[in-house]
Amino acid sequence: MPPLIRVTGLSKVYGAGQSRLWALNHVDLEIQSGEFVAIMGPSGSGKSTFMNIIGCLDVPTQGAYQFNGVEVTGLDHDRLAILRRHYIGFVFQGFNLLARTTALENVELPLIYRRVDRGARRQLAHEALQTVKLEQWVDHTANELSVGQQQRVAIARAIVTRPTLLLADEPTGNLDSHTSQEIMALIEALNREQGITVVMVTHDPLVAAIAHRTVYFVDGHVTSDQHQSESA
Amino acid sequence: MLWNALGLALQEIRRNALRSFLTMLGIVIGVAAVVTMITVGDGATMQVSQQIQSLGSNLVMIVPSRRMGPVHGGVGAPAFRRADIEAIRRDIDGLKAAAPLASSSLTAVVGNGNWLSAVTGTDNAFFTVREWPINAGRRFSSTELVSGSAVCIVGATVQRELFGDEPALGARLRLGKMACRVIGLLAAKGQSAMGSDQDNLILMPIRTFQRRISGNQDIGLIQVSANSGDSVAALQVSLEALLRERRHIAVNEDDNFTMMSTREIGETLAGTLTILTALLGTVAAVSLLVGGIGIMNIMLVSVTERTREIGIRLAIGALMRDVLLQFLVEAVVLSAIGGLLGIALAILATLAITDMIGVPFVLNLGIILLGFSFATVIGVVFGYFPARRAAHMAPIEALRHE
Repeated sequence: MPPLIRVTGLSKVYGAGQSRLWALNHVDLEIQSGEFVAIMGPSGSGKSTFMNIIGCLDVPTQGAYQFNGVEVTGLDHDRLAILRRHYIGFVFQGFNLLARTTALENVELPLIYRRVDRGARRQLAHEALQTVKLEQWVDHTANELSVGQQQRVAIARAIVTRPTLLLADEPTGNLDSHTSQEIMALIEALNREQGITVVMVTHDPLVAAIAHRTVYFVDGHVTSDQHQSESA
Repeated sequence: MLWNALGLALQEIRRNALRSFLTMLGIVIGVAAVVTMITVGDGATMQVSQQIQSLGSNLVMIVPSRRMGPVHGGVGAPAFRRADIEAIRRDIDGLKAAAPLASSSLTAVVGNGNWLSAVTGTDNAFFTVREWPINAGRRFSSTELVSGSAVCIVGATVQRELFGDEPALGARLRLGKMACRVIGLLAAKGQSAMGSDQDNLILMPIRTFQRRISGNQDIGLIQVSANSGDSVAALQVSLEALLRERRHIAVNEDDNFTMMSTREIGETLAGTLTILTALLGTVAAVSLLVGGIGIMNIMLVSVTERTREIGIRLAIGALMRDVLLQFLVEAVVLSAIGGLLGIALAILATLAITDMIGVPFVLNLGIILLGFSFATVIGVVFGYFPARRAAHMAPIEALRHE
């Protein structure tokens, strides 16, 4: 079985001439299905750029990216959208919910674009909100919820399509330590119980410690790639 | 997907109610202007047709000059004579009636009152040709016609102005040195297409007019009516041939008389009005275009404001066409609502205007549909560019947008 994610010689260059900036500089990396990977590194090390490329939100300047054995580089706008729609769920630091829209509607959104009919959509969205323990809050709009609840809505939205890959960009960056722990427990459970592959960018070593593998980025290079022992 | 986009559009329009309304205003005014102009124009055209009808349908008028207009004793061309009328009555097929007319403007006096009126000498064929019934009294008797008696039949305006509530039948009115007895009252006809009052009329036998008023044998106007509308053209051809012969016009010479049918006059006037209506409608359509630009402007602002929302939608799997559809539908809904409001406004404005200028209100469903579809098409055309811009956003940049 091919790895879920395989990147070879992946580079992303911003600007031109003297001011050329290598956000990613010939990165080679493989992530197997079912893994829980934390990506760490200082600001500007390229970890977010890496995340956006494997999430098919951005395209590399050079190199190849195979998702589940399929070459992704060179696909157009809409094909990338279909990949995201079917295989990838996103959780952002800033939640990125639609304000003035209820929790339920936010979670239903990816299903609308998958042309799931209304009844099934309601059902799946309720289930996803149950998973994140927000069944009491379905009819509240995003700006009526606490930040922790908003992030849980975002997670529900990411998993409602039962994705293969969950990408989380600083999922606890805006949360206090107690809420952080709740969110991380939730993400960890999704990985353990539903077998969803999780790739998470974080600054926080305590958060990273929950993952099974930690990849360090510095100046666009991978400088370290450690597997935690299962017992640790 | 379309229903979903429709729901989103209505939601967005409700959220920005004031802005949406102001955006629509251009379309509202544009549609209202187009529909009002055309509806009022249609009403005016219809009124003109009705007035032409009231002149008598299938009517042909012949004057003894090279162009239409009042004739005083025949300028350049000789007037018609009694023999011309007799020849027409004898020789022309498909003829219903032919009436000789000789007119002059004179002041009629009754007691202390006086009134300027068109005094016309004619005979009983006049009532047939003009399809003009007598309300009270009678037509001219053959004795009166032959002897040129001092009797007259008056129009509704003359009756009102000179006699008021007094009985007019049997009364006398004075025209210059002549006094004549009223023997009949004409039914009211109203305004002519040219705006003159058809009821301001005093009829008398043509012999009376020629002997006592004009002092000559001239007939200034012949009015002929055909048996049916289809035969008017044929009638005109045979009339022209007969009159050319009687007036000794050589083959290479032009007619020295002019013939015109009410149908032609009606078509000319209605044609002029149609051109005017189309012109005003076009000017109004330009304002609709301006309204469309307003929609495009606001949609561009909206797309920029909602860049982040677009980023979220793209990130969770919206295709370009999903985003395109969402914004396009929003623009179309805006302009369609504007179109509906514009039509409502147009109906109110048309009612007010037609009431003010005394034109019939003709509700034309075609124009209303056209106005609405035009507004919708404007929405599609001017909504497309902003929607395309939204659909082509790079997801990662849209997500980072503050």
